Amino acid sequence: MENNKIVSVNPHIYAPDTTTTIMRDVVLALVPAVIASVLFFGPRALLVEAVCIAVAVLCEWGFEKICKRPNTIGDFSAVVTGLLLALNLPVSIPIWQAAFGAFVAIVVVKQLFGGIGMNFANPAITARIVMLVAFGSAMTTWTAPAFADATSSATPLSIIAGINGVTAGTHTADELPSLVQMFLGARGGSLGETSCLALLLGGIYLIWRKVISWHTPVAFIATVFVLTALLGQQPLYQVMAGGLFIGAFFMATDYTTSPPTPKGKIVFGIGCGLLTVCIRVWGNYPEGVSFSILLMNILNPFICNLTRTKPFGGVEA
Amino acid sequence: MNRKLHGIHAPHRKNTADSVPKRMPPPPVITVPMSMNIGAPAKPVVKAGDLVKVGQIIAEAGGFMSAPIYSGVSGKVKKLDEILSSNGRFDTAIVIESDGQQTLYEGLTKPVITDQKSFVDAVRTCGVIGLGGAGFPTSVKLNVDPDRVHAIIINGAECEPYITSDTRTMMDNADRVVMGAQLLQKYYTADRIVIGIEDNKPQCIEIMKEAGKDVPGFEVAELPAMYPQGGEKVLIYNTTGQIVPEGKLPIDVGCIVINCTTLAVIARYIETGIPLVEKVITVDGSAVANPQNIIVPVGTPIRDVLNYVGLKTEPRKVLYGGPMMGICVPNLDAPILKNTNAILAFDEKDAQDPVPTPCIRCGRCVNHCPFGLMPAAIEQAYNDRDGAALKKLKVNLCMECGCCSYGCPARRPLVQINKLAKAVLNRYNQEQKALAEKEAAKKAAKEEAGVHGK
Ligand code: SF4
Ligand code: SF4
Repeated sequence: MENNKIVSVNPHIYAPDTTTTIMRDVVLALVPAVIASVLFFGPRALLVEAVCIAVAVLCEWGFEKICKRPNTIGDFSAVVTGLLLALNLPVSIPIWQAAFGAFVAIVVVKQLFGGIGMNFANPAITARIVMLVAFGSAMTTWTAPAFADATSSATPLSIIAGINGVTAGTHTADELPSLVQMFLGARGGSLGETSCLALLLGGIYLIWRKVISWHTPVAFIATVFVLTALLGQQPLYQVMAGGLFIGAFFMATDYTTSPPTPKGKIVFGIGCGLLTVCIRVWGNYPEGVSFSILLMNILNPFICNLTRTKPFGGVEA
Repeated sequence: MNRKLHGIHAPHRKNTADSVPKRMPPPPVITVPMSMNIGAPAKPVVKAGDLVKVGQIIAEAGGFMSAPIYSGVSGKVKKLDEILSSNGRFDTAIVIESDGQQTLYEGLTKPVITDQKSFVDAVRTCGVIGLGGAGFPTSVKLNVDPDRVHAIIINGAECEPYITSDTRTMMDNADRVVMGAQLLQKYYTADRIVIGIEDNKPQCIEIMKEAGKDVPGFEVAELPAMYPQGGEKVLIYNTTGQIVPEGKLPIDVGCIVINCTTLAVIARYIETGIPLVEKVITVDGSAVANPQNIIVPVGTPIRDVLNYVGLKTEPRKVLYGGPMMGICVPNLDAPILKNTNAILAFDEKDAQDPVPTPCIRCGRCVNHCPFGLMPAAIEQAYNDRDGAALKKLKVNLCMECGCCSYGCPARRPLVQINKLAKAVLNRYNQEQKALAEKEAAKKAAKEEAGVHGK
């Protein structure tokens, strides 16, 4: 026996989860939503998703190469960002615009701030908002989904906004899809946001795998439910509409841009819910999930500070 | 109790729970270091050429915060050597050549115990230190005003993976644990005497319940098997609900925590007069062919231990203690210490340290820390060498249990950073103190000048 032993600080064993397995789990959790997107919006959905993922990974690789940073495409985080972005786009989005969005997400929002763990805002959401501003009409041109009996391709929320006279356009309540259609996903909207069922499956998987905790999604969805009920809206409809499910389970739970403690997560979720309802009811946009998450991302450092854990036995100096 | 302390569900790997400890034949040579306890090192009382027997004193306590040392073999003192211990300090060690006879010292006498003082004296003479790993001289812990003690907590929550030496103490020496408990009860008039055992050791729970059933006030607390259940402050909280405040000791909240093996060693000494000379250790790990519990003299070289139990492959990492808090042994000639309860040897694959990747701010470290610390934030403050922030983050409370690093998906070396951050905090505190003193001196000088000026 030789005296050539490895010497290191404790601990000497580790939990099986790594950044890579976590990101892989998120991708797995999004598979049902991807399937739903193809079912409802046809094969072009796959194309948009593939382009966003490919560009995101390429940008990550290229940027790190240029900056001589360690290559992190192996951790799958760029795949997650690309996929999440794609799922937040309409199926008819021009391919170059989708590619531009992926570039913004990875290079501008993630890498320029220092890479994984350093960005202050969720890359997919921020890129989506940039696209919404830059390519307004393409981003809000909705295609009628398969299996829908409603004739309109508009999203349920824009129909409601139209009915309420918030936005221009004449819609009638008959155009609204039924609650069941809403739950399954047969309605107008972004690729991956329409099927609450698929997103719920993915969300439950992530909670079961302890990748995310229930606090943020539950707080987010419950807040929207309660507030819209109080405001006289149809709450079940409101929670299933728009990008609430994908936002609550997949975007508001982004590690880097949301608080680590359960208390903080609840505050974060409630804040997101509040802002979402405000935008939906009083704002100029029919949908507010992305904006509210981005705003809460900006407030995140403050929430983190206010919801710190209390050291056990700590004495205030 | 409204706060639930966090922790991790580490794999148990208690492969050796059914292995009844076997006595290993005495090694040809033992090396007994003088600094095995926290506090002052012991002072050798033998010189090269002296003949010693098992249980004969070879070093006396080097002060109040110290413990005497007894020979674990019979044979001849070869030399007083200088060795480099695994905590990075040079230490004197007594090297004894065994004659293989293991002759017991004739001068061993049972201690006479009449009151608390003579009890503490017996504990001191026994040479016992915190055998759970801490190495704090037990007599110092017990040298307190008995009226301050409300609860005596026996630590049977052997929460480190692999290790089963305390498990074996409870299974094989339950009577001695109970006898020790009764003595404590007698001299400390505590209202409660609780033994905390994790629920992954149902046999121990059974046996201890049975052994203690006639002792008034003796309870077995079944605790969830969660690491670090056996951490002193964690155990106190989970058995009594008391929180030991920063900078205070368990006795300040009326508790004494004593490891079950420590207690059994004390009881054995009182019963037989044999002081602490040997240890039950668990030998396990992926490089070990036949994981088992063995009894070895204190000072036995690790090399002999591993040769005795047999290896599957050349080990690449060898630990004193468990995989969560164990210390790496760089040198296989390093000896078994009084507070060694396991030797783990890992093969090439398990020995590799993971490669850290950037923190993804997942919050696992925060949500796993039993003490509610924020290791990711500590890392940032450490990188900035920000003493003030580290003070606020209370890095000084960190017990280095390893839960944060264990669960970190980015494999950040958080424990290591916490150790370094403590040094930064210490320097900051010293600077602050010096600054405050300077200010005070200035102010005093000013006032003096003012007085003279009048
Ligand atoms: S567990 Fe690791 S990756 Fe997660 S926040 Fe803590 S240091 Fe960062
Ligand atoms: S090592 Fe320190 S910071 Fe990490 S979990 Fe343990 S007590 Fe908390």
